Amino acid sequence: MAYGFVYQFLFYLFGLLGIASAAIFVTRRNPVAAALWLVNTMFCIAALYIMMDAQFVGAIQVLVYAGAIMVVFLFVVMLLNLGLPPSVADIKGKGARILALLAGLVMLAEVLVIARQKLPAELPWLPSSTNITTPITEPLFRAYLLPFEITSVLLLVAIVGAVVLAKKRS
Amino acid sequence: MNMCAALMLFQHAYDPQAPVHGAPWLWFSIIKILVVFTVLMVTIAYLTLAERKISAWIQDRHGPNRVGPRGLAQPLADGLKNIMKEETYPSAAYSPLFILAPVMSFIPALITFAVIPFAAPLPTRWGLVDMSIADLPVGFLYILAIASLGVYGIVLAGWSSNNKYALLGGLRSSAQMVSYEVSMGLAVVSVLLLSGNVSLSSIVSSQVKTGWYFFPLLIGFFLFLVAAFAETNRLPFDLPEAESELIAGYHTEYSSMKFSMFFIAEYSNMTTASALLTTLFFGGWAVPFWTTVNTAPWHWWKTVITLVCFMLKTGFFLFLYMWIRWTLPRFRYDQLMSVGWKVMLPIALAYLVVMAGAVLALDAAGIAPTARLGGFLPTYWTLLGVLNIVLAVLVFVVLDRGRLVSPASARVGPVELAELRAMSTRRPAPVQGD
Repeated sequence: MAYGFVYQFLFYLFGLLGIASAAIFVTRRNPVAAALWLVNTMFCIAALYIMMDAQFVGAIQVLVYAGAIMVVFLFVVMLLNLGLPPSVADIKGKGARILALLAGLVMLAEVLVIARQKLPAELPWLPSSTNITTPITEPLFRAYLLPFEITSVLLLVAIVGAVVLAKKRS
Repeated sequence: MNMCAALMLFQHAYDPQAPVHGAPWLWFSIIKILVVFTVLMVTIAYLTLAERKISAWIQDRHGPNRVGPRGLAQPLADGLKNIMKEETYPSAAYSPLFILAPVMSFIPALITFAVIPFAAPLPTRWGLVDMSIADLPVGFLYILAIASLGVYGIVLAGWSSNNKYALLGGLRSSAQMVSYEVSMGLAVVSVLLLSGNVSLSSIVSSQVKTGWYFFPLLIGFFLFLVAAFAETNRLPFDLPEAESELIAGYHTEYSSMKFSMFFIAEYSNMTTASALLTTLFFGGWAVPFWTTVNTAPWHWWKTVITLVCFMLKTGFFLFLYMWIRWTLPRFRYDQLMSVGWKVMLPIALAYLVVMAGAVLALDAAGIAPTARLGGFLPTYWTLLGVLNIVLAVLVFVVLDRGRLVSPASARVGPVELAELRAMSTRRPAPVQGD
């Protein structure tokens, strides 16, 4: 009973913190501060995953998004804005703002559509074992091996593209 | 009569060899958090003294010996001094992040220790208590995830100080930590291949069964060791705070307790990295050649002995950190990056492929990880170890060709020796009283 209450409280707390951080993230003028609020959102999402017993996904969320991707973001943002007033970095054009609004509306519509979907009555129940990685690796490396490998080719293409872009400059 | 029945019920409800659960679990967790935090902070305080004493010993000096008997109260004096000193705020600093940055490097450094099992489980009347704060099923991934957050503190300290040296230090550290994180993660995948699980307690228990991993994963151990040095910003990888070029790097503008927090974070990271080296490659709390102590049924004296064993192993790696700091010079920045990306990463990737192939081949040959050669030597362990020695010779002798490894230890060639002698004769002799 008490545990259920604490669980609910923390779940909504992290959810609200995540949404609040996301809202603050889009309204900050200072890009570094904005990036940090986004890190906070990532962290809250990871907390939600962990509370839903998806600990592996939660750890990977922190490791990949908060720990690696956002560090690189921060790196770029810090270097791009050195010595410039914060207003220079803002998107100024009206067209860009309207486009952003439209994209936001499309995303909102998607969320509403997904929220109306019914979940299958019988969700696959994962056997609770001490080994947290097996339920993920089994389908990933057996049933869905080909899509998984194709995704890695996509990443390889991105890396090659980055190298090509970096070489052109010099 | 009634008491006796209650006692029997009590003993039925709580088996000392079954994991503790319910309210006692919560109380034990709180006690463990408080005790581990206190012990960690005291250890860190005394590590600063140990560093100074060991550096003095290596350089044939006395080291701090004025405060208390043999300088043992020096950390207390340092702590008091740091609290009393004036805090300075640079006028051009971005103050919210300037204040937040030390906290952001301090907290991840301290909470990574939470998953490390530091002793055999302790049986109590309420059940078996795990001797780690939280034995998370994601174990090692938690450490990687939280450690990757530590870079924020350093980068933001560099950026928010609004100082060229601090910014350069922050940028260097983020590049360094991101680069070496990759090899660190890949080196550990080989450990996970052998243990088959990411939780640290199961890594320890599988090492108890099959032998410690440093021998069958020798190259993985070296890769992890080097990456751990780079991740903790310790010499020879302390480019972010290279004092000869960057004053003090990212913490140039910090004073008093805020500076001290970066310091505590560094030593805390060192402690966690040493504990991790122990846990992943040297059997964690397991006592060598003493199976009785490492396996159930548990008893309080087993907990005590394994705790001492864990401390000794971790202490050795902490000593290694300091030993290397006072022995090796610093890398140049381009050397650091080329070691990270052109040496460590390809070796880690190739090593992973070779080890996965070897494990597959051993499985196909039907050799169980617990099988023993002649009843004593574990077969699996020995075969992989021999393979690793061959690989180590290949890497350190054939592939390296004396570029990275030997300059620190090799004899000087006749041509170089002549050059050095010529240099020393050209230099004027020191004048007395200079």
